[in-house]
Amino acid sequence: MARMKFLCDADRCIECNACVTACKNEHEVPWGINRRRVVTINDGKPGERSISMACMHCTDAPCAAVCPVSCFYTTADAVVLHDKDLCIGCGYCFYACPFGAPQYPRVGNFGGRGKMDKCTYCAGGPQQDNTLVEYTQYGSNRLAEGKLPLCAEMCSTKALLAGDGDMIATIYRERVAKRGYGSGAWGWRTAYREGVGA
Amino acid sequence: MLIKRSDGRAAKQRLASAYQGLSSGGMDRRGFLKQAGVGAAGLAAMSTLAPRMAQASGAATGVINHQIPVQRIKNICTHCSVGCTVTAEVQNGVWVGQEPTWESPINRGTHCAKGASVRELVHGDRRIKFPMKLVGGQWQRITWDVAMAEIAEKLMQVRQASGPDSVFWLGSAKFSNEGAYLYRKLAAMWGTNNVDHQARICHSTTVAGVANTWGYGAMTNSYNDIRNSKTMIIMGGNPAEAHPVSLQHILVGKEQNRAHLIVVDPRYTRTAAHATEYVRLRPGTDIPLVWGMLHHIFANNWEDREFIRQRVYGMEEIRAEVAKWTPAEVERVTGVPEAQVKGMAQKFATEKPATLIWCMGITQKTVGTANVRALSILLLATGNVGVEGTGANIFRGHCNVQGATDFGLDVTTLPGYYGLDENAWRHWSRVWDVSYESMVARFDNPAIMATPGIPTTRYFDAVTLPKSEVQQRDNLKAMMVFGHGANTVTRMPEAVKGLEALELLVVADPHPTTFAVLANRREGTYLLPIATQFECDGSRTSSNRSIQWGARVVAPIFESRTDYKVMHDLTAALDRAATRRSMTVRFHEAMWKKIEIRNGEPVAESVLREINLGSLSTGYSGVSPERLKLHMEHQDKFDLVTLRATPDAPDSIKGDFYGLPWPCWGTPEMRHPGTHILYNTNLHVKEGGGTFRARFGVERNGQTLLAEGSYSKGSEIQDGYPEFTVAVLRRLGWFDELTAAEKAQIERQGGAASWATDLSAGIIRVAMEHGCVPYGNAKARAVAWNLPDPVPVHREPIYTARPDLIAQYPTLPDRRGFRLPHLGVSVQNRSAGLVRDFPIILTSGRLVEYEGGGEETRSNKWLAELQQDMFVEINPRDAAARNIRDGAWVWVRGPENNSRARVKALVTERVGQGVAFMPFHFAGWFQGVDQRSKYPAGTDPIVLGESVNAVTGYGYDPVTFMQEAKVGLCQIAAA
Repeated sequence: MARMKFLCDADRCIECNACVTACKNEHEVPWGINRRRVVTINDGKPGERSISMACMHCTDAPCAAVCPVSCFYTTADAVVLHDKDLCIGCGYCFYACPFGAPQYPRVGNFGGRGKMDKCTYCAGGPQQDNTLVEYTQYGSNRLAEGKLPLCAEMCSTKALLAGDGDMIATIYRERVAKRGYGSGAWGWRTAYREGVGA
Repeated sequence: MLIKRSDGRAAKQRLASAYQGLSSGGMDRRGFLKQAGVGAAGLAAMSTLAPRMAQASGAATGVINHQIPVQRIKNICTHCSVGCTVTAEVQNGVWVGQEPTWESPINRGTHCAKGASVRELVHGDRRIKFPMKLVGGQWQRITWDVAMAEIAEKLMQVRQASGPDSVFWLGSAKFSNEGAYLYRKLAAMWGTNNVDHQARICHSTTVAGVANTWGYGAMTNSYNDIRNSKTMIIMGGNPAEAHPVSLQHILVGKEQNRAHLIVVDPRYTRTAAHATEYVRLRPGTDIPLVWGMLHHIFANNWEDREFIRQRVYGMEEIRAEVAKWTPAEVERVTGVPEAQVKGMAQKFATEKPATLIWCMGITQKTVGTANVRALSILLLATGNVGVEGTGANIFRGHCNVQGATDFGLDVTTLPGYYGLDENAWRHWSRVWDVSYESMVARFDNPAIMATPGIPTTRYFDAVTLPKSEVQQRDNLKAMMVFGHGANTVTRMPEAVKGLEALELLVVADPHPTTFAVLANRREGTYLLPIATQFECDGSRTSSNRSIQWGARVVAPIFESRTDYKVMHDLTAALDRAATRRSMTVRFHEAMWKKIEIRNGEPVAESVLREINLGSLSTGYSGVSPERLKLHMEHQDKFDLVTLRATPDAPDSIKGDFYGLPWPCWGTPEMRHPGTHILYNTNLHVKEGGGTFRARFGVERNGQTLLAEGSYSKGSEIQDGYPEFTVAVLRRLGWFDELTAAEKAQIERQGGAASWATDLSAGIIRVAMEHGCVPYGNAKARAVAWNLPDPVPVHREPIYTARPDLIAQYPTLPDRRGFRLPHLGVSVQNRSAGLVRDFPIILTSGRLVEYEGGGEETRSNKWLAELQQDMFVEINPRDAAARNIRDGAWVWVRGPENNSRARVKALVTERVGQGVAFMPFHFAGWFQGVDQRSKYPAGTDPIVLGESVNAVTGYGYDPVTFMQEAKVGLCQIAAA
């Protein structure tokens, strides 16, 4: 069974934010909730690099480990999803997540944050596939339609890759071999306990 | 592989349906504004939207209903000039989803932030929903019929009192080709050359500069072709933000060829972050840098001598000017050290193919045309034109600024760059099937018919200057603004006065734009809701000259109407107003004589066929709607790098280049494939080959202007030759190869036609049969003797931070142009004394999230969320000296009109010391005042901010009146 992953090639990312608006547009994500964002380091200086970040759908996801109501589950494609009807908005997952993925509609403590929202890898949620209830709670379910996450599909420079982990790792390795440089698949060791390979 | 997860579910998920309505994690559209906190006006706008969507899709969210079929419609992104295909998913007439268009060779499924959110444009939360007018300073809803009648009445009143030139027709680079063409025709029918659009403020100097060098004012190669380059220099451009999808091609070229990517810019841009080398220069010193490069190239014999000998005129005079630019002088003026200049020069001249990419950092200058000429000369000297991987890759701005320029939305020409002389008018009169005399009668006088009009950079001067200073019968009194913002033009404080003095201001746009709110107008102002190109059929020309057909995605929303229909209704209303006033002039019949009207709306295909007939000069003649639609249908059959149809393509497109990049010679039946790379002598003209254009005569000062020993592949004339006319055909003995029908057409035209005016296209056909390019085969001009500076020379910016250089490098003397006075040295001499109070150089540019004046994109919630504040980038040292902290409010003050803008400080090393940068997409605040209340309810953009042009100053290019927007002076202080 394929293991879905994200990979952002920081040598290609130009911070155009297509991934961000593609996500917003696809799932009608409300203002203030960012399932995906672009982070830039060394902004305005030599060495400036941008990277598009969202839930990485970790192996042994730390969010799931700390969730007091066990609302997280991992699909057969290794996509980490959660059930908003179980979520109590405690915010533990936010502290556990190494990527800052969990988002909350409100600011507050002890359940006052509202139901957690995060990247679903365009795979919806526990509701029936591609129904209005699923869309309303989790956004669209592209994976069920045989499509990949829209953020990666629309990436202007094809920096953000999504799909079978082995396949996107191969694409990235070939790219690095061809051009002679690569800053590595940032976040892979943290998320997947492995690098992108030689 | 992509199997839906069915196991591993969390427990109790079936409770979901029961609690569904209570979930606070939902993402209904109405939720977002609560968090946005943008106030009641915004919420009102949202509520008008919701029922529409619910009613159409059966779902309050606008979500795809998977139970019913989805229609997929292809159109083109309406933002920048890259020309990304947008695939819309439509159900019940509602745009419910957007999918990647993998098959487009230009964007291959991808988008930037703007392209990925275009669906919002036609959901239209903040669009103008119905026609409105100002009554006592309040917006009042009116019907289309009332609007048309009142506008027409006022226009005719102005015409009667002040003449046709007192109406200014401002068109748009967001028109389709058909819209742009019709608008130019409308202005011609009205009887004025006061018709312009955004090209004036983006690449007018590029068009003038490159057309005066080698023939056509356009990008020579394509975005895709950059994949072939081994050296790329991006000068005065930031495509990572302005043309993000182009970076896909640039970065792949950089990676696969291990190419040099050199970015020259005063600002360390997002593009520079991906460069192999970044060169920081002082703003406004591009020519010294280019001459500095050529200095090394000539000194080391890196130039392409054979290319220069065969294909370039006047390089010796360039050598003389370049000799003055010693490495020391270059460093003194530009600030770039010798080693860096030499390294760039060597790479550009020896690691070929090399390409130059430029944008508004080059063009928006008082020396814009000269800048462009210098860059073109650098390409010529190194032989980097007319081959794969080389060329002047000029990234144009708006989605159809190339097409709108081609169709003469310009004060100096009729469609197709025919100019304004009698021959041009006679040609288009023939195309329109009206008499030349009837066209003359529409103008104030025959002389003004051949006189360039007033450019959009100066419209307000033409309103407020004394009548005696404006060389037409009267000042401007009325303004028709289609698809244009007021905040992208410099000197906004003076624009306010101009707008206030107008008797009539009509804004026809999807959004109110700054024009509607900037001035304190109380009457005589109309807002007309116009459909976007997604609600309209038509073709658009992307920067690489490929023409793409966009199919209407949804019907115009609310009471919006298409540009075509509004123009159609307006001419009818004008006729009625003329009848009421007993004026003899009529518009409707002549305007629409040959155009099919269906259900009261001009048909885009029929307009394009009229364009095909007349636009021979640019080779739009072979671009039939049928061919364009075939290309859109078979996008997957075009090669990614060559753009040529692959061998497995259907016969109907076999051999074509994608989008038939113009020139696509002759009639559609001749099946010319289009021209991917201009001036490419390695291909037969019938295969898209070409030569430099012969448009400046055949000889000058005893030297030939025709090519020597260079010709396109398969040419029977193996040397230079002039452009083809009936006389040339006769001399060559080829005249009788014209068919009887072609001869008859030429006879009807008076017998003396040229390739560009022969409506039968027979001359073009015969020339191509002999392997000859219809426009001739000449040398490119390193010296353009018709320009103010035949050899480009450095001139300090009008407002310069280096007054010590003014004496040596002064700007041009005061002069006149485009019916107006044009000040030069008198303004520049002021700046010497200003620099103490305004020590910081102010430059401007783009952000990836917004486009142009920004009203449309700042109204798009997905984009607005990403950039919520107008800001100024300031160097940490300058900030520290002024006690300014990052994120704090500051006042930026300009040197004219006591102008000022209140913005946030972004303290960053992105800009060098002494330089500040502001993006130009913001408006809605003016001189510290929030103008949100002046927008009609529910149409205010989500994000407002100060405009950089509130503080920019005077300065115009002498050839095109391009504004100086890139080098000014300012002072910044904590607010």
